[in-house]
Amino acid sequence: MSRIRRVNTEPFAIRCVLIALALGFLFFFLGLPLLAVFSEAFKQGFGPYWDALAEPDARSAIKLTILVALLVLPLNILFGLAAAWVIAKFDFRGKSLLLTLIDLPFAVSPVVAGLLFILIFGRQGWFGPWLSDHDIKIIFAIPGMVIATMFITVPYIARELIPLMQSQGKDEEEAAVSLGASGLQMFWRVTVPNIKWGLLYGVILANARAMGEFGAVSVVSGHIRGETNTLPLHVEILYNEYNSVGAFAAASVLALLALVTLVAKTFVEWRMKQETAMLNAELPAERVQK
Amino acid sequence: MSIEVRNITKRFGNFVALDNVSLQIPTGELVALLGPSGCGKTTLLRIIAGMESADAGSVSFHGEDATHVHTRERKVGFVFQHYALFRHMSVFDNVAFGLRVKPRNERPSEAQIRERVMTLLSLVQLDWLADRFPAQLSGGQRQRIALARALAVEPKVLLLDEPFGALDTQVRKELRRWLRRLHDEMHIASVFVTHDQEEALEVADRVVVMNKGHVEQVGTPDEVYSAPASPFVYRFLGNVNVFHSRMHGEWAEVGRGGPKTQDESLAFVRPHDIEIQRESTAGSLSARVLHIQAIGPLVRVEVEHQGEIFEVELTRERHAQLALQENEVVWLKPRSMRIFQGDQLTQAHTFDLGGGI
Repeated sequence: MSRIRRVNTEPFAIRCVLIALALGFLFFFLGLPLLAVFSEAFKQGFGPYWDALAEPDARSAIKLTILVALLVLPLNILFGLAAAWVIAKFDFRGKSLLLTLIDLPFAVSPVVAGLLFILIFGRQGWFGPWLSDHDIKIIFAIPGMVIATMFITVPYIARELIPLMQSQGKDEEEAAVSLGASGLQMFWRVTVPNIKWGLLYGVILANARAMGEFGAVSVVSGHIRGETNTLPLHVEILYNEYNSVGAFAAASVLALLALVTLVAKTFVEWRMKQETAMLNAELPAERVQK
Repeated sequence: MSIEVRNITKRFGNFVALDNVSLQIPTGELVALLGPSGCGKTTLLRIIAGMESADAGSVSFHGEDATHVHTRERKVGFVFQHYALFRHMSVFDNVAFGLRVKPRNERPSEAQIRERVMTLLSLVQLDWLADRFPAQLSGGQRQRIALARALAVEPKVLLLDEPFGALDTQVRKELRRWLRRLHDEMHIASVFVTHDQEEALEVADRVVVMNKGHVEQVGTPDEVYSAPASPFVYRFLGNVNVFHSRMHGEWAEVGRGGPKTQDESLAFVRPHDIEIQRESTAGSLSARVLHIQAIGPLVRVEVEHQGEIFEVELTRERHAQLALQENEVVWLKPRSMRIFQGDQLTQAHTFDLGGGI
């Protein structure tokens, strides 16, 4: 074995310590909890686990979680595309302000966001009287939960698309238009194929966040069992009732979702990388045929 | 189809990109918009294409006003500096794009599209690359595909934005010649933007020299090179020596510096328009040889006159005849020059070119 020390690599011992540190951290803060969730959920065997999930409240919580995600994601895709389009392809006053505002949900605590919507739509809120006059229920109902989840997940898709679209510029779109393409043709044939993996990546992240959101949704939902309980809220209620199998069974569904998200995310990342590599492949030697 | 641009003005914030620019381009002509970066040439091209809107002025194609016509309907072929090929489509699909997005009643059948695309690909001599993706092509190949794509919809006007700017010298030369041939076969008006004077002079029928949002001069390559209309054009096209001069009525006293007065003027002489002599004759200036360097077919001599450095280009034969030495004192005799007072060309005669080193 060669004893030559490679330039700029740390000594073997230091590398070992760093790797051990990282792996230890991963194990204690990610691996162990995951293990705990599943072992608690299956503590009394598969039967009680399945019963806990098949119980009407649990099923309605799962359904509601999916429903909220299904409502939030299309709106988010729409907003993300529009925002990224505007920011990447146009110059206008207040562009940096818009960029900062998109990041706002990252900075605001979800509970505060929830309270914000109570302040706006709640009974004593700004639009409260008008809404109750017209018999529209937003707070303590599904619309409020959709709005709160929307707020929390707004940055994910836009943030993913903006740098991607900025780096691609608008040349291809302009070329398409100069060749006679209509706005829609340009969008579907040129823009979408160029951003599809980035968009999917954003959707996966936004979906995970939407399904797992607790704070903001908790404030606006009112915790009505079987009506406005999403999975994370359901977990909390069961846990507070000392129903550990039920709580962990529901939690295991969320954990599973997280694992699926990770796998999907890794796959999309891999595809994106592959495609970028393909699109930026090294140029063959210049040659002009006579 | 002819292009007419009338009184176009365009501002970006406080920056005036184009200031009251007018231009006429007849059918069949290949015109170069030439100027340093930031002179407004690309903006003008994009306004002609309809990708940018002018603050004032109009654009018309063949006498028909097109100022407010959408790019889609202008029937212009546009070629981008960085090709802008659709990266996720094959070469074939790229070229076919313009045909496939036509409204259903105008759209040719797949078989016709196939035939047209293959004809275009063989026109740009790249039919063997039809199944490749843009990333698998070299820069020169990509630009030729971009051209084929633009030509597929039979544009009436071809606009090229620094088409060879991203290519290396060898390929650029090849493509230039090839563009010229292609243009001659198509019988359309073509406009290309470039900052490379050699490219403009070599390829274009006419050159439009632009600076700071103005058109400085429009003329054939020979006109703009040998009879520049302004000091800017002189400096921008090729090398030039500038002698400080002073006006005395209709006469210019060349080669006298001194205090700035209102009759100060500048005499412009190309390096190859200066003769080096051993003897003083009427109208010659004395100078000291600083440096001699042979470059290709020419020999470049740097000389100093009144503390300023000038360049003279000699043929190799003439240089051999003279057998110049560094630090030697010689006499410079300009064969032709143009004298500008401010930005105005004067018709001045020259006299008394004497004066010490």
